[in-house]
Amino acid sequence: MASSTVETKGFKGRPKGESGLSAWITTTDHKKIGIMYFVTVLVFFFLGGAESGVIRAQLAQAEMDLVTAEIYNQVFTMHGITMVFLVVMPLSAAFFNYLVPLMIGARDVAFPRLNAFSYWVYLFGGIFLYSSFFLGGAPSGGWTGYAPLASDAVSNMAFYAVGLNILGVSSLAAAVNFIVTILNMRAPGMTFMRMPVFVWMSLVTNFLLLFALPPIAVALFMLNADTVVGAQFFEPASGGDPILWQHLFWLFGHPEVYIMILPAMGIVSEILPTGSRKPLFGYAAVVFAGAAIGFIGFGVWAHHMFTSAIGPVARSAFALTTMFIAVPTGIKIFNWVFTMWGGKLRFHTPMLFSIGFVSMFTIGGLSGVTHAIVPHNAQQHDTYYVVAHFHYVLFGGALFGLIAGIYYWFPKVTGKLMDEKLGKVHFWTWLLGFNLTFGPMHMSGLLGQPRRTAVLPGELGGTVELYNLLSTLGVVVLIGSALVFLFNLIRSIKAGQAAGDDPWDARTLEWITPSPTPSHNFDAIPTVTHRDEFWHRKYAEDDAGKVVRVPAGASEDHDTDHEGEHIHMPDPSYWPLVQTLGVFPLGYGLVYLNFWLIGIGVLWMVIGLYGWIIEPLAEGDDDEPEDAHTPTGAAAAAH
Amino acid sequence: MGVDHRKLGMWAFLGSEFLFFGGFVTAYLLYLESTAGGVGVEVFDIPFTSISSFVLLMSSLTMVLAHHAHTRGDLRRMRLWILATAGQGMVFLGGQVYEFNVFYREGLVLTDSPFASAFYVLTGFHGVHVFIGILMLLSIFVFSLIGKIKPNQHLKTEMIGLYWHFVDIIWVVIFTVVYLIPEIAVL
Repeated sequence: MASSTVETKGFKGRPKGESGLSAWITTTDHKKIGIMYFVTVLVFFFLGGAESGVIRAQLAQAEMDLVTAEIYNQVFTMHGITMVFLVVMPLSAAFFNYLVPLMIGARDVAFPRLNAFSYWVYLFGGIFLYSSFFLGGAPSGGWTGYAPLASDAVSNMAFYAVGLNILGVSSLAAAVNFIVTILNMRAPGMTFMRMPVFVWMSLVTNFLLLFALPPIAVALFMLNADTVVGAQFFEPASGGDPILWQHLFWLFGHPEVYIMILPAMGIVSEILPTGSRKPLFGYAAVVFAGAAIGFIGFGVWAHHMFTSAIGPVARSAFALTTMFIAVPTGIKIFNWVFTMWGGKLRFHTPMLFSIGFVSMFTIGGLSGVTHAIVPHNAQQHDTYYVVAHFHYVLFGGALFGLIAGIYYWFPKVTGKLMDEKLGKVHFWTWLLGFNLTFGPMHMSGLLGQPRRTAVLPGELGGTVELYNLLSTLGVVVLIGSALVFLFNLIRSIKAGQAAGDDPWDARTLEWITPSPTPSHNFDAIPTVTHRDEFWHRKYAEDDAGKVVRVPAGASEDHDTDHEGEHIHMPDPSYWPLVQTLGVFPLGYGLVYLNFWLIGIGVLWMVIGLYGWIIEPLAEGDDDEPEDAHTPTGAAAAAH
Repeated sequence: MGVDHRKLGMWAFLGSEFLFFGGFVTAYLLYLESTAGGVGVEVFDIPFTSISSFVLLMSSLTMVLAHHAHTRGDLRRMRLWILATAGQGMVFLGGQVYEFNVFYREGLVLTDSPFASAFYVLTGFHGVHVFIGILMLLSIFVFSLIGKIKPNQHLKTEMIGLYWHFVDIIWVVIFTVVYLIPEIAVL
């Protein structure tokens, strides 16, 4: 297998580090960037989890004063921001990074340095947001940032406006990158309808990001101008309209829901067929349902605003579209269930988390449909019923799916298996803790417990108090469960059982590569002839229609006539990191309206960009005609 | 699938940009009459802005000529047209700075009303886009002088052209909605 020469480093003027810190901070390798996303997410997940611990401790009993209202408001705001923008979205990005090029049979993404840029902007955006704790207090106006509270100095939302815009730049750059990668860099024969479902869902998600980020950027710039400069966008006193914020925010905010759930849906669509030893039931239906969710997702935003002044016609229209979007979601759930139906199920940890995803997400989806009913919605608005709903879809949904993905692809990334016994302990305690935390919130919400109050009002009575105590106990279980997971992760990295290349008997191209994946991914770019290509290379049907294993060596993935092929991988670069450091002066300048800082930040980033442009390219300038530089193989072959 | 990565990436990015300006235009239309008793659309000087708009639109023509020259490998002429494009962009920006000054003196202050905020932020962001475009044009001018841009690399000129035409098209929308139609709408 090692017959090809791989030239990854060593061109003059580009960094050469192959190991150690410099290899990581200069890397343009999609796999290393994916791992960096993952590790960073773990840190932010710890912070977001600690914040939820403070929230639940305060609400364990009625009329507690563990923390002040100011602290409580900062903590629940930062919990929301962290989990949405610094955990679930970048964890999906970690999977995009590691898996998309592997699954489509490419050696890297379309713009490797831009990919590093996305990561650094994400990291620095997160640090920037968290620095607010030391600079006069974190944002405290809720993660939805409703005006006019958000534009009032009391809620400290300037950091929110600037910080989320920084993170938006990261997501936008990544969206462009992955759209181009998926459209342009598929291996020969990888038609759209042969793409793994995870790649499909990545494509839809990145289109959603591309079109959902501009509205929030607009809203955040307006909020920034209102809080820092004194503009009047959301000031009712001078004729400004706070409803405008709600429209712009939810025009992003609802597609955002699908941005968070679709990658997880893609992940379980890979794991369920593997764990059931069956092809995905209704591949085309799953793909089209995903695309339909992408389209309809832009037409339902005002169901977040049924109690705002939007008028009865808008309420009726958005109620209908909201019920309508449940249809493609339902299609997917049926497809997953029928994938398992009649399959030879193996209940390993990734499979358990996938089944957990399907069942918990269905509960969250059902309570979601109740929000579509306008009078019912008015009753639930701003109660814990809503908190229960979105935690069932985002925690029970997105996070369960993403954790399933961690267990499933861990062997590919590290070459080792995660411990199954600890994995099962993690799953069952996670499921228990999750339902104990968020199940009772349905009830306490319907009994009238309002969201976002620093103190649980005593007048709601003993039943509501009991439900809150149960929720707090649930968080204790979840913390224990998370520690089991962390222990399993660290121990498996150090001393896990060797996994081999294909531990799950999987179906997609990434499992052709050795584990851990070498830096150039594939010795030879595979030619794709089937959906579930790898499965068809391993198995064939005999005359009676029974599945039999193809004898070793008979399938084309073992051919080795690529001796001496010259593989060229993108060079590492310092510039994405250097350039991105400019977000700090720029960000603080925008928060404190200091034109010197803004100027330094802009200048820094422009100079960084020039460093990036004039950096020598080992492959020669890539404007040469395509056939003059075919070493990247995948791109040329896909044309 | 014959589209180059970078060109496809630029198209995707510009698709996103359309929604960005769409948001600001929507806010402007919403706040057309929210002047808080201050200065409204009557402050606009349509003849003046028509001239600077005309200059900006003509810069799209010179941009096309620059790209055309580059595809023929004629870097000298390409540089000439690039400079012409950047120059017209600067004229437009100068006009905007002058215009902002006049409006400010006539009482249209950003912090006074939602209308003023929406106007300055919308047209200001367009100005920033023009400025970035000028920066790119001057960069490609210098890079072609020092040999970093070669005669066969016309894709780079084409990409800057895509961006520049986008900025122009957005101005067509802004000029119509902000300067021309409001007169009718407020009447």
